[in-house]
Amino acid sequence: MAAAFDEMNGTGGGVREPYQFVHQWLQTQEIEDLRRKRGEAEALFRRTGITFAVYGDEATTERLIPFDIIPRILSASEWRRLAAGIEQRVRALNAFMYDIYHRQEIIRAGRVPEDLIIQNPAFLAEMMCVEPARGIYSHIIGIDIVRTSENEFFVLEDNTRTPSGVSYMLENREAMMHMFPELFSRNRVAAVEDYPENLRITLESVAPEGLDREPVVVVLTPGIYNSAYFEHSFLADQMGVELVEGQDLVVMDGALQMKTTQGLKQVDVVYRRIDDAYLDPLVFQKDSVLGVPGIFDVYRAGRLTIVNAPGAGIADDKSIYTYMPDIVEFYTGRSPILKNVPTYVCRKPDDLKYVLEHLPELVVKQVHGSGGYGMLVGPAATKDEIEMFAMKIKAVPDRYIAQPTLALSTCPTLVDQGIAERHLDLRPFVLVGDRVRLTPGGLTRVALRPGSLVVNSSQGGGTKDTWVLQD
Amino acid sequence: MLGRTANDLFWMSRYIERAENIARLLEVGYRIALLPREGGQDAEWFSTLRSAGCEKGYLGKHGSYDTRDVVHFMLFDAENPSSVYSSLATARRNARAQRTALTREMWESLNSAWLEFSAIDPDTIDFNKLPPLFDWIKERSALFRGALLNTILRNDTFYFNQLGTFLERADNTARILDVKYYVLLPHNEMVGGEIDSVQWAAILRSVSAHRSYRWVYKDSYKPWQIADYLILNRQMPRSLRSCYEEVVAALDELGAYYGNRDGCQSLAHETRKLLTDADMSAIFQSGLHEFLEEFIARNNRLGCEISTTYHFTD
Repeated sequence: MAAAFDEMNGTGGGVREPYQFVHQWLQTQEIEDLRRKRGEAEALFRRTGITFAVYGDEATTERLIPFDIIPRILSASEWRRLAAGIEQRVRALNAFMYDIYHRQEIIRAGRVPEDLIIQNPAFLAEMMCVEPARGIYSHIIGIDIVRTSENEFFVLEDNTRTPSGVSYMLENREAMMHMFPELFSRNRVAAVEDYPENLRITLESVAPEGLDREPVVVVLTPGIYNSAYFEHSFLADQMGVELVEGQDLVVMDGALQMKTTQGLKQVDVVYRRIDDAYLDPLVFQKDSVLGVPGIFDVYRAGRLTIVNAPGAGIADDKSIYTYMPDIVEFYTGRSPILKNVPTYVCRKPDDLKYVLEHLPELVVKQVHGSGGYGMLVGPAATKDEIEMFAMKIKAVPDRYIAQPTLALSTCPTLVDQGIAERHLDLRPFVLVGDRVRLTPGGLTRVALRPGSLVVNSSQGGGTKDTWVLQD
Repeated sequence: MLGRTANDLFWMSRYIERAENIARLLEVGYRIALLPREGGQDAEWFSTLRSAGCEKGYLGKHGSYDTRDVVHFMLFDAENPSSVYSSLATARRNARAQRTALTREMWESLNSAWLEFSAIDPDTIDFNKLPPLFDWIKERSALFRGALLNTILRNDTFYFNQLGTFLERADNTARILDVKYYVLLPHNEMVGGEIDSVQWAAILRSVSAHRSYRWVYKDSYKPWQIADYLILNRQMPRSLRSCYEEVVAALDELGAYYGNRDGCQSLAHETRKLLTDADMSAIFQSGLHEFLEEFIARNNRLGCEISTTYHFTD
């Protein structure tokens, strides 16, 4: 694989414009001081409780996501282009979901195969003909973007169910401003701190119509043992709304109610951070204790908004992803501004054959997986691992897709050996309500092992503060 | 506010107060254990465990009153629900579940207390250096209370925390008195002697009142005055009377905040009246032990009524 594009140094022609000042500043810093600062930041994160849990890791139930103090920087013009592409994409995604759960024009037009939708576990037949407020299904979206050269950006994944990580975006900025105020006085960095306010406005804007009072919004969490619990409580706190668990809610008089110190109080908008399957034991998984019996009926009757809507997972399924260029074109009438990564779908015999022949060059992912679990990174895998994986693919080809191993861009990162280049991606966060609201930047995830392309926090990845410079 | 939130906040403050009280009780037990005495320390450790309400749990695990065992049981034993370890663990779990109702200062003081305490390996503790650890626990509790008083909104969040703190404190003071009530009976005043004055001082020390007593009474330790100080004196911040002034204030303000008046408010007013109307000679006449038992039962009942009135669970 050729040397990757570096966010700071490009391909060797000198320091890129957005990094000029940070590069100079970095030259004046002692590595030991930077390490000490990073230690301070991590102590701060631990004290404030910004931790996450790793499933299958019994030794420590609460861990920190490693934080890197060298920011990832985008210029204003780079961001304008990304923003236009992201906005186009989230509009198309929501139009697609509305269509799928109504007339299914896109299937009739033969642009997306019917069985891919109907037989998809993320497709909820119960959602057919339900009318969500403002016709929006996915109000909170995270689009994973990677960069391979000065001008090439690809969308790796659309997260339309419950994208997480926004609390890290906000806390990383807090930590950076606290530790390196001089950097912010010399660079005009677009603020991210209004995200919680925008989230609240977005949630209120999709409340059921005809309320004669301020809408009551809550955040629904599975509880303190969930890996993203910190984020749930962080967002509820920042918005000034109640953080509830399933046990705090009950359906009564055809409405969703929360149990307060003063008795029951009606809830209008639920930002839920639990999966569809656990939402309502009467409709979905019967033994779920995380959800609320009857909540789906209230939703279907239009007396409640669930954010994101049940069934929104249909749009972030990896097999649907391969059709995104068609989907964008079908609903917006324009060609996509942001490109997809070329993807081989193992359910197609030709693609399967190609994938099995080229496994050492490819990244193979499970269609319904997330979080970097159960994937194969060909170039980094041993011969045995590749053979094992080939058997898994042959057994159930439908379950896998493969993509060429992209040379993800790198950014200088503070590691044990000093400052070295590490691969990264970008997850901007988009809010869709009365209008589309996009926070400048997003969460930059960085693979901390040399050469590694896996940035997921569950696989040892870290994060960086992400700057969008203003003109 | 969610009923579950009110419940968690109430118990969070109760458990922090409990951790502090356990540290204070141990400090006194440890001090007495250092003194040369005939017949060993068994009786003293038994009183300490009883005051903390965990003598049964202790005897279920340990056959005898070894200083090391008692200290370990009350500080670090995760199976003892009232140990400092368990108290901080519960308080921190509740805080984590109600992070949104806490200010950053409150959460950080509690979270760092938990992180530091849970990192202690009990086997490495030098038993000659326990006093600094007792001080540390009291300091952390003070830091949390300070953060709370300085930063929290004066709404239901504050009132439920106040109720937790002062119900627990009242219970603690009453139990310390009840376990040792016999050394405070009037006929003991005649006995005097060194042992008794050590016992009297121990009672005062376990509520950090051995110095302030002299400021208030300008007199040597007298059982009658010690009882008066811990039960009826309004100046003494850990007396039953003081606790109930805070409890009544919190319930009144909570009622005003919600715009209602509830059964638990009347019960609290009644209990306070018992304390404002009484004098020590009447209490001694009808029985100090009986008085304390009734108080403890009333205090428990108030806890239950608050829990029902404000829908702590369903």
